[in-house]
Amino acid sequence: MCGIGFIVNINGNKSHDTVDQALQMLIRLSHRGGQGADPHSGDGAGILTQVPHELLADWCAEQGADLPEAGGYGVGMLFLPTDDAARLDYEARLERIVRQEGFRLLAWRTVPVEVEVLGASARSTKPAIRQLLVTPLAQTALAEGWSMERHLYVIRKRAEREIGGIAERSGHPFYFASLSARTIVYKGLLLPDQLPAFYADLQDARYTSALALVHSRFSTNTFPSWERAHPNRYAIHNGEINTIKGNVNWMLARETKCSSEQFPDMLKIRPIIDASGSDSSMLDNCLEFLHLSGRPLAQAVMMMIPEPWAKDPLMNEGKKAFYEYHSCLMEPWDGPAAIAFSDGRQIGACLDRNGLRPARYCVTDDGRVILASEVGVIDIPPERIVRQDRLRPGQMLLVDTELGRILPDEEIKATAASERPYRAWLDEQLVDLAQLADRPAQEGEPLDERQLLQLQRCFGYTFEECHKLLKPLAEQGEDPVGSMGYDGPLAVLSDKPQLLYNYFKQMFAQVTNPPIDAFLEEMITSIESTIGSEGNLLRPGPGNCRRIRLPAPIVTDEELQRIRDNRLPGLRAVTLPMLFVASAGGKGLKRALGELFQAADQAIDEGAAVLILSDRGVGSRMAPIPALLAVAGLHHHLIRSGRRTAASLLVESAEPREVHHVALLLGYGASAVNPYLAFASIEQMQRDGRLAEGRLSREQAIAHYMRGIGKGILKVMAKMGISTVQSYIGAQIFEAIGISQDTVDKYFTRTPSSIGGIGIATIAGETLQRHAAAFAAEEQAPVLESGDDLQWRSGGEPHLYSPHAIHSLQQACRTGNYGLYKQYSQSLDGESDGSGTLRGLLQFAAVRQAIPLDQVEPVEMVLRRFKSGAMSFGSISKEAHETLAIAMNRIGGKSNSGEGGEDSARYVPDANGDRRASAIKQVASGRFGVTSHYLVNASEIQIKMAQGAKPGEGGQLPAHKVYPWVAAVRGSTPGVELISPPPHHDIYSIEDLAELIFDLKNANPQARINVKLVSEAGVGTIAAGVAKAQADVILISGFDGGTGAATRSSIKHAGMPWEIGLAETHQTLVENGLRGRVRLEADGKLMTGRDVVVAAMLGADEFGFATLPLVAMGCVMMRVCHLDTCPVGIATQNPELRAKFAGKPEHVEQFMRFIAQEVREWMARLGIRKMSELIGRADLLQLRDVPAGRKAAAVDLSALLRRPKEAQLAADKTFFMDDAPDASRSELDLTLDRQKLLPLSESVWNGLRTERVQAILPIRNTDRSVGTLLGSEVTRRFGAQGLPEDTIQLHFHGAAGQSFGAFVPKGITLTLEGQANDYVGKGLSGGKLAVFPPSKAAFVPEESMIVGNVALFGATSGEAYIRGVAGERFCVRNSGADVVVEGVGNHGCEYMTGGRVVILGNIGKNFAAGMSGGIAYIWNRNGAALEPLCNRKLVEIAPLDACEDENEAQQVRGLIERHVKYTHSEQAQFLLDHWERSLHQLVRVIPRDYKRMLQTIERFRQTGASGEEAELAAFQARKQA
Amino acid sequence: MGKTTGFIEYRRESMHTRNPADRSGDWRDLYEPLPEQRLQTQGARCMDCAVPFCQTGEMLDGSVVGCPVHNLIPEWNDLVYRGQWKEALDRLHATNNFPEFTGRACPAPCEGSCVASLVESPVAIKTIERAIIDKGFAEGWVVPRIPLRRTGKTVAIVGSGPAGLACAAQLNQAGHLVTVFERHDRIGGLLTYGIPKMKIEQDVVDRRVNVLREEGIRFETGIDIGRDVTAEQLRAQFDAIVLCTGATVPRDLQAAGRELKGIHYAMDFLHLNTKSLLDSGHRDGRFLSAEGKDVIVIGGGDTATDCVSTALRHRCRSLVQFDIYPQKPLHRGAGNPWPLWPVVHKVDSGQEEAQALFGRDSREFAVSAAEFVSDGQGGVAGVRGVGVTIAKDASGNRTQTEISGSERLWPAQLVLLAIGFRGPENGLLQQMGVATDGRSNIAAGRGSDQGRYGTNVPGVFAAGDARRGASLIVWAIREGREAAEECHRYLMGG
Repeated sequence: MCGIGFIVNINGNKSHDTVDQALQMLIRLSHRGGQGADPHSGDGAGILTQVPHELLADWCAEQGADLPEAGGYGVGMLFLPTDDAARLDYEARLERIVRQEGFRLLAWRTVPVEVEVLGASARSTKPAIRQLLVTPLAQTALAEGWSMERHLYVIRKRAEREIGGIAERSGHPFYFASLSARTIVYKGLLLPDQLPAFYADLQDARYTSALALVHSRFSTNTFPSWERAHPNRYAIHNGEINTIKGNVNWMLARETKCSSEQFPDMLKIRPIIDASGSDSSMLDNCLEFLHLSGRPLAQAVMMMIPEPWAKDPLMNEGKKAFYEYHSCLMEPWDGPAAIAFSDGRQIGACLDRNGLRPARYCVTDDGRVILASEVGVIDIPPERIVRQDRLRPGQMLLVDTELGRILPDEEIKATAASERPYRAWLDEQLVDLAQLADRPAQEGEPLDERQLLQLQRCFGYTFEECHKLLKPLAEQGEDPVGSMGYDGPLAVLSDKPQLLYNYFKQMFAQVTNPPIDAFLEEMITSIESTIGSEGNLLRPGPGNCRRIRLPAPIVTDEELQRIRDNRLPGLRAVTLPMLFVASAGGKGLKRALGELFQAADQAIDEGAAVLILSDRGVGSRMAPIPALLAVAGLHHHLIRSGRRTAASLLVESAEPREVHHVALLLGYGASAVNPYLAFASIEQMQRDGRLAEGRLSREQAIAHYMRGIGKGILKVMAKMGISTVQSYIGAQIFEAIGISQDTVDKYFTRTPSSIGGIGIATIAGETLQRHAAAFAAEEQAPVLESGDDLQWRSGGEPHLYSPHAIHSLQQACRTGNYGLYKQYSQSLDGESDGSGTLRGLLQFAAVRQAIPLDQVEPVEMVLRRFKSGAMSFGSISKEAHETLAIAMNRIGGKSNSGEGGEDSARYVPDANGDRRASAIKQVASGRFGVTSHYLVNASEIQIKMAQGAKPGEGGQLPAHKVYPWVAAVRGSTPGVELISPPPHHDIYSIEDLAELIFDLKNANPQARINVKLVSEAGVGTIAAGVAKAQADVILISGFDGGTGAATRSSIKHAGMPWEIGLAETHQTLVENGLRGRVRLEADGKLMTGRDVVVAAMLGADEFGFATLPLVAMGCVMMRVCHLDTCPVGIATQNPELRAKFAGKPEHVEQFMRFIAQEVREWMARLGIRKMSELIGRADLLQLRDVPAGRKAAAVDLSALLRRPKEAQLAADKTFFMDDAPDASRSELDLTLDRQKLLPLSESVWNGLRTERVQAILPIRNTDRSVGTLLGSEVTRRFGAQGLPEDTIQLHFHGAAGQSFGAFVPKGITLTLEGQANDYVGKGLSGGKLAVFPPSKAAFVPEESMIVGNVALFGATSGEAYIRGVAGERFCVRNSGADVVVEGVGNHGCEYMTGGRVVILGNIGKNFAAGMSGGIAYIWNRNGAALEPLCNRKLVEIAPLDACEDENEAQQVRGLIERHVKYTHSEQAQFLLDHWERSLHQLVRVIPRDYKRMLQTIERFRQTGASGEEAELAAFQARKQA
Repeated sequence: MGKTTGFIEYRRESMHTRNPADRSGDWRDLYEPLPEQRLQTQGARCMDCAVPFCQTGEMLDGSVVGCPVHNLIPEWNDLVYRGQWKEALDRLHATNNFPEFTGRACPAPCEGSCVASLVESPVAIKTIERAIIDKGFAEGWVVPRIPLRRTGKTVAIVGSGPAGLACAAQLNQAGHLVTVFERHDRIGGLLTYGIPKMKIEQDVVDRRVNVLREEGIRFETGIDIGRDVTAEQLRAQFDAIVLCTGATVPRDLQAAGRELKGIHYAMDFLHLNTKSLLDSGHRDGRFLSAEGKDVIVIGGGDTATDCVSTALRHRCRSLVQFDIYPQKPLHRGAGNPWPLWPVVHKVDSGQEEAQALFGRDSREFAVSAAEFVSDGQGGVAGVRGVGVTIAKDASGNRTQTEISGSERLWPAQLVLLAIGFRGPENGLLQQMGVATDGRSNIAAGRGSDQGRYGTNVPGVFAAGDARRGASLIVWAIREGREAAEECHRYLMGG
């Protein structure tokens, strides 16, 4: 989440210039870094260089000290206490360690700094900054044969542990920015331009280096501090390690088994990972450790951030063996990452497997390599550039200044791979599960009906689960889908026994890192893992891969038996019972856990490599230990006892059956799960002929189930941006809700748990209740309980939407009867017994005297703060969508378009004055219908980062819902499925989000920009990042809200209630002085006025309602929205059902007024006159007494009610601001558009439209979103049709900043001579772009990178011509632009739904994944095999000359001719010159469904149907088929 | 979940009734079952609502919504659609001890609140329910479930109507030894003697009673508790008692001439008819025959309809039914929205038969009986009816106003009063010291320390019409089940 870069002189020539240019580069990356509340404090900036020997030598000379030769001494850069006593104490202690380790102190140097340049917050936390100079005593160093760097490492590690502990306790800093004889780090809580100003050394001409790494930080996952600034000691990192918790746990477990001749005393350097650091610094810790223990830096990077090797058929065997072997030693550190690293001699960079961060580089003719997140950060004359390129996913670039050359990726990796006989070792030691000897499954009969039923009841199975979970899984291999959110109680607020799994929620990626496309980008994912005993990380040998390979984390009964029975040396499996004596209760459970841990220790000590935790043997006497408790508890016990890596854990349990269960077991340390009761239940259904009308065999059913769970696990991992099961195991990507802290600490160590909750006794109690029902009853009910989780059942769990609530609300809204509404709201507020929600546990504190109702601000003022939820046209009907918009417009609130675009006819008011336009326009990952015109017609633009129903996931509109009118608005083809990707492909990090916010402000400076997040632990920190990214509104959605279709497991198990996230966000923003910058909005099952008041008190300014207004309009909670069968005409496009729609705007208005009125009543009771006085008043909330004995009594909400100090001061301050943003949008003042382009175009506004505007302008990388503001002005004045072609022609030269030409409408033509960064032509809305290299460039255009990643993302119409190669994800979600380019990276044309793309060169991997419309043409000049590069699930590939339509080739030729015209491409000219001869080399890629639909439409058209009729007829025909 | 588009694709079809003219000549089942394939199609119409109003069983706005026994309707609809009849039967029995009774004689509030009726017409729930249980008996799936263990506790249940039977079945399953006392000669209460046999054939009752008997329940007929056995004796013999004696005291009509012969309570008419039918096929003549008579039935409810059907089968000469309420609208009124019980005009089996035989609906709406006219020999010769309007006053009480000049005399030799019941008979209650409420029903409800069904006397519970007032079979079953739960808790000392 940052800007990174390096510059190196390949030959190792040191100069101050290198430092200078690096600093310049840093400044030009400023916009990628973060800025706090105080505009003068950054999130951090820094530089790593070689030790500036001359500078230090001169200084020493001045001091009269003697400095050894360069390399003969170490320099420490330290952050120390400003308190002198403490500092002197620490320094003395440090000197002692230095001596003990055989070194001599040379000097302490106080680093000269200029404090004046610092911002307030940086200044208040500024440490004393001192350099330590040490040198080995003559007799130490070389005698023992280990290097200076290792010695210095030991000194630092000891000091960190011994002094760091003391410092931490007294709240002082004690931190080594670096300690090395080769490199040094200057960094701090600085803005890029402050770095050289603050550290005078950096401006000193004597400060020279052959290389420099720079980093500008934008922090979103931790708070910025001096220490957390980059560079770390070896690396800088742009990204986020998603699996960090697991990696740290595993390293902790592993370090006890590490031994190395390099470090005779390992204890001195433990712990290897400093857990107080950020994820980047922990990655640095590990990298450093691997490197110093003897691996080349590049190889250490390969181990930690491996390429995706498992599914790559093109990867060479040696390299694959390297990766495979090392996967037995260490799980990947998974997550988006661009890292650059240096040990002072080598400098390099690499991208993770996804390549989600940009890294562009060039090589100059004077021997420099410059790499950075952006191009144009250093001005280099084009004629000096001999090569310009980008790092590709998984690729590494390394420069060795001693060898004086660039080491290409292949060479680095081939060297690493050939070091040892990895393949031979693997062949000899690694065993496939399938290779294990077959054994007969567990002896004994299969369970009879009665035993099965007993077990099912004991483990809480219900009819609902069997029929709505297991059955669809077994039949289709898909995790079933639901709609309309979750409205049951949280597990801890339920009075029924719950499975332990229900107390945990899945975490997911938002903003700081993207979720990934697990299915479309399958090549990077893997659910394989290996089990066995881990070897010594530091001593590679054959024994390290003595393991069994599992193809999936779920194993059948037979497979488990094979593992259990295997007799291979070193792979012994031991089964440990996971049972406790039922009659012994909670104490018995605790005791049994203790015994289990002991038994595990003993088994490991006796050589077991696999432990199978099993609850087989449950009966009337023995109850099962909840599998999750056993696994997590044992995992952490083994980490603590240093045995964890000695054995893998498998779970054989009747308890897990759904994806969430298996995910939790893996997340807490299990390597695989055998859900035997799920299998048995499926087998029973199969035997009874209940699966797919008896058409499935047992094997098929089991295979489907396993595939479904496997896919589900991938999805859960992908939500967090994790690609491999191996690194998911133990990664603990969960938070607890309703588990007590001491239970978490003991069994689920380091899991966030914000509200306390139940302990072991209650967990035992719930298990025993089920157990008793199964085994102790006199009578046997012959059937399973119905289950009441996602559906309401009489006598089941209370759901917010009960028949009573739905009926009374609808009647109230239809008849305007406020009394009826009160019946509804009172039953929900449930003053007496809580309502299953956290807010139900709160009550209002009577602080002030009540006031008469008429003294409270009027209903209208309250209504301004109300919004309806984002629901796309497409997911709901035209009638419902417009009714909602009209109602919200009438009351002065805001409706939300959702992500499906909006028919522009709605921008014109109706005759009666009603407005059908949605005030809020959503920009989601699919970008459907997001055009300049759409954006200009918004008063608020919402960027959906996540949605409550399925945070971290994308969505899809199935083909049968893509009616012609839906397709028209979305810019797609009727009857062809539409997919919204999980991530926004232009937001992989916070700086990308900041860029999109900036783009959208340019696209409509009058609209507020709203960023939608979903509640989870840490959302406050993310929100602070979003505030720094300059959003105007932040929405915190509850997990339970949401109308969208999602797997039921996501609906229920991902994300947190809004209360938690909202409170955290408000508090964090206040504490960081950011609360005044943004408005906060909350939604997620807000049901009554009381809910609104609680949300306001926890910090919300505005309030969203989605399901409720639908109910007011007639929704009866069928939860079939995804099936297009909504019986009340809301969530359907079926004209027959839409005719049943009986909702009226008045119903929604009535509902909103009722809520507002109730809010006012509460305010009157509380003595509050205005809502603004209510916001953030958590002091007006207190905990309600809950009768002891209910689980809810254990919940502690004090964290929600905490009030930051500033909040008390600002108690009367209003956070709510006026609707429109500051009209001037001063942040846009420095844009090229406002400074130059708008003034240039004056004549166009003045009505002189016939006159053309032409200009030539310089451009640089800090000029971002060029043309966008200009475009918005054109659209605002001239509407969707824009201006005549080429009315405004602007020619730029230089390196364009990000989002060049974003959302540019028709009539604007932008040409760029030079190169461009990411997001060229994002959302192109009819305009024309051309990018080509300067004529004097020294490189070959068609082989060189010219535009960055994600170009033409979400383009809807227009043209673009690019002479050169584009980066990854070219033309993703293009729905109508015509584009020519000369080569693209991976994932080209992904999710495309329209338009034409001509590629005169190479394509990367996974081309056309998810492409459901439009056509791509590839000039396959050298006859490469395109099939392996294409994702062929949806498309067909065929030579163009085989096409039926002769015009098509002519059209393609036309595009290429235009390409030549605009870019003077020689490549294209060659093709035109040899057209007939080359035609057969042109390959057409077209989606099969799209092609079929086009043909069908054409067929109907030929029968005389109009365009519209033909589309509808074709759609109906498709639907029937 | 049925078929997702079933409710759009298929039209509702419920079980067919036999031709009214034909069936009015016999006492056999008036329904004809649907073939299995078509039943499955009907099952496909179920939408498997996430909020299934059909199984709500709650009172909303004073109207019952959904099934009082909370039948798991979406679950068995789906199973039927998929042909999983046996599992459907298990799911049906999970909430309803006697689906064969409700599947025949329940007015089906479930269908009134079915969501599919928002689109077109409700799912044929009752038809499917009956089909499931009938198939269950036909296939031999309904077998006695003899409890695994006995608790040694004994319970007496007084009354063998649906409440008593349901309560007995549940308590027996819980392991208690249950004895059911019935004062009449046959088990079944209203099921046997109240509802005419074309609605519930007797072997439908008997086969269920046999199953219960095999499960271990003792049935004692012809014993009138309070007379043959005193309350004290009963209490001494049993650990707990559940009173399911029904609301058997009929409401009377205070009008001139009420003392005339030929004016009977509906229940007497129906009871005698059934007993004679079952005993001798009416050959013993021990029933009140309507043959050749002009018959007037006073009342507009189900009992009145049963009287109509019965009188028609006796071959009455003419038949008129007085309903004091005006004819209901054909469609739901504004104050009667879905999912409330639809207050709409219906033509029930009796009226249908009357239509077939006499060419007109038997009902006269908004007519009240003002006077019974004598034949001069102490018998009734006619009823003077008068048009009325009904209004609700401010406190919700109904007032009846006669419309002047609307009087008319109707000939009648047989008049049947079917205007409701006033509650349980009082003798036994007094003997036991059981308190009654303002409506003279047994007071057993909230606030009692024996739960909702406990009376003021420890160990004595009440359920069904005796507690609730006259109501539907399905309510009786629910009450019996719930009372059993309370009784079980009492017995087990929980």
